[in-house]
Amino acid sequence: MRKVKVYITLKESVLDPQGQAVMQSLHNMDYQNVKNVRIGKYIELEMEDSADINQQIEALCDKLLANTVIENYRYEIDEEVHS
Amino acid sequence: MKTAVIVFPGSNCDQDMYYAIKDGLGEEVEYVWHAETSLDGFDAVMIPGGFSYGDYLRSGAIARFAGIMPAVIQAAREGKPVLGVCNGFQILLEAGLLPGAMLKNKKLKFICKTVNLKVENNNTLFTSLYKKNEIIRIPIAHGEGNYYCDDETLHMLKTGGQIVFTYDGENPNGSKANIAGIVNRAGNVLGMMPHPERAADALLESSDGLRLFQSILNHWRESAHAAYTS
Repeated sequence: MRKVKVYITLKESVLDPQGQAVMQSLHNMDYQNVKNVRIGKYIELEMEDSADINQQIEALCDKLLANTVIENYRYEIDEEVHS
Repeated sequence: MKTAVIVFPGSNCDQDMYYAIKDGLGEEVEYVWHAETSLDGFDAVMIPGGFSYGDYLRSGAIARFAGIMPAVIQAAREGKPVLGVCNGFQILLEAGLLPGAMLKNKKLKFICKTVNLKVENNNTLFTSLYKKNEIIRIPIAHGEGNYYCDDETLHMLKTGGQIVFTYDGENPNGSKANIAGIVNRAGNVLGMMPHPERAADALLESSDGLRLFQSILNHWRESAHAAYTS
């Protein structure tokens, strides 16, 4: 079994009103040094290892986990996990 | 005309849709549970609003893979009228039957109020009983209705007459080009954030939404007549 970590972020061209609201709150707390906030999603999968695991991950991200009209994704495959 | 109203776990405008078609329009209508796999015998398909699968992951993302969806996509390919309202619109976007995606409302609030819509294109099977540029009153109720698409897609929507409804006056959710509803290129799949089924009876403040359903019925009668006489 492999642990797969998927990071989903909004594309640069897409405004992130949630991130803007969080940044405003940080500024109100006097963290003026925060210059931008973008909110995304982090998803962990435990998957059976296979020769085409990369293709499988990309297919399931393209089909379901991410909406590639508005989101980008990247992923990491961790070492063997025992569950 | 026999219409299917698709029901997902979390749909909550299915009964309003049913009522608008049965009592408003006076036509035959049936609920179809999301786990069904056939829409044989139906002339039109409605995907109602709500929070299918609790809006988990993204609105409409999980509903898009429900058992009934291949039949919905098939009906769309056959040219049958397919209407997605609110969450139904989000599902049609996720299914790729319409271009673009939904973002959270610009001001992050869930908005529930009646708005003015402008009929940008009355040359569709959904809008033939409206006048072009007519202003109609239809309620919205959503937290993620901020329609987004890239500039190339927007250009295609504009030149193809695919923008059917826009918000008139204030844009409530920040949608691109004030878009409230779009059709596919073939013109038989309409997605819209406002709820025509909630404005299909004079008792409900506005009955402007009823003409949308009447337009679909007129189209069906004309095409049934054309098929009969050809």
